[in-house]
Amino acid sequence: MAEAMKIRAQMQGEIADIRVLIIHPMETGQRKDAKGEAIPIHFIKQVTATLNGRMVLDAQWSQGIAKNPFLGFKIKGAKAGDKVSVSWTDNKGEANSIETAIAAAN
Amino acid sequence: MDQLRRIFMQNAGAIAAALVAGLIKPASLWAAAWNKPAFEAKALADALKGIGATDATPSSDILIKAPDLAENGARVQIEITSKIPGTRTMAIIAEKNPFPLVASFEFADGAEAFVSTYIKMGESANVRAVVNADGKIYTAAKEVRVTIGGCGA
Repeated sequence: MAEAMKIRAQMQGEIADIRVLIIHPMETGQRKDAKGEAIPIHFIKQVTATLNGRMVLDAQWSQGIAKNPFLGFKIKGAKAGDKVSVSWTDNKGEANSIETAIAAAN
Repeated sequence: MDQLRRIFMQNAGAIAAALVAGLIKPASLWAAAWNKPAFEAKALADALKGIGATDATPSSDILIKAPDLAENGARVQIEITSKIPGTRTMAIIAEKNPFPLVASFEFADGAEAFVSTYIKMGESANVRAVVNADGKIYTAAKEVRVTIGGCGA
């Protein structure tokens, strides 16, 4: 899937500000399609973030996270050039990840 | 070369065996197991129980940034900051959602006790944050009024 994830990471003083956008339907299982049939539940369950390969954030989600999820978080002690990686897994076993180097502060 | 290749293959076998045995874990496998009882709870009390938050202490050091009025319940921005030292986990609960527990975050060394995300809200309700700091449980809540519920979205 092209453009299925986007990440932006930038230093703000001593703290790295990370913003991630994931393209995902986050179906609750409560919606019906045009034929009136239930759309199966399909949602991201787990999101993990690493800094230079070391886990910094471990998230568990329900179907209550909005469609095309956004996640913002902050890492202290990081510096420009450090590698931030974010990966997710959903209830169907689909997964994706993205990595970027932290940009220097403006 | 044959010997090198043999050594490599032996090690590759050992690495594969270690992966199977769980001795070496890719990042995704470090993660905590998905908290099925808490996430599948339909009653708020059961969701709170599932995350060990039945006896949480109210705290004004948990800051919840959310709109007073959300026109579209399908996408409500929530930002939570905990100023409580030693904050290790943070959960987001939409108290009147069909499944109240929306998300749970565990911070490892280096991560600030902060998250920003968008949640679905079925109807007007308290958005509750639950924080575990050094094994003690704290909570705070903010009411969000929702014009159009977002759980059918």
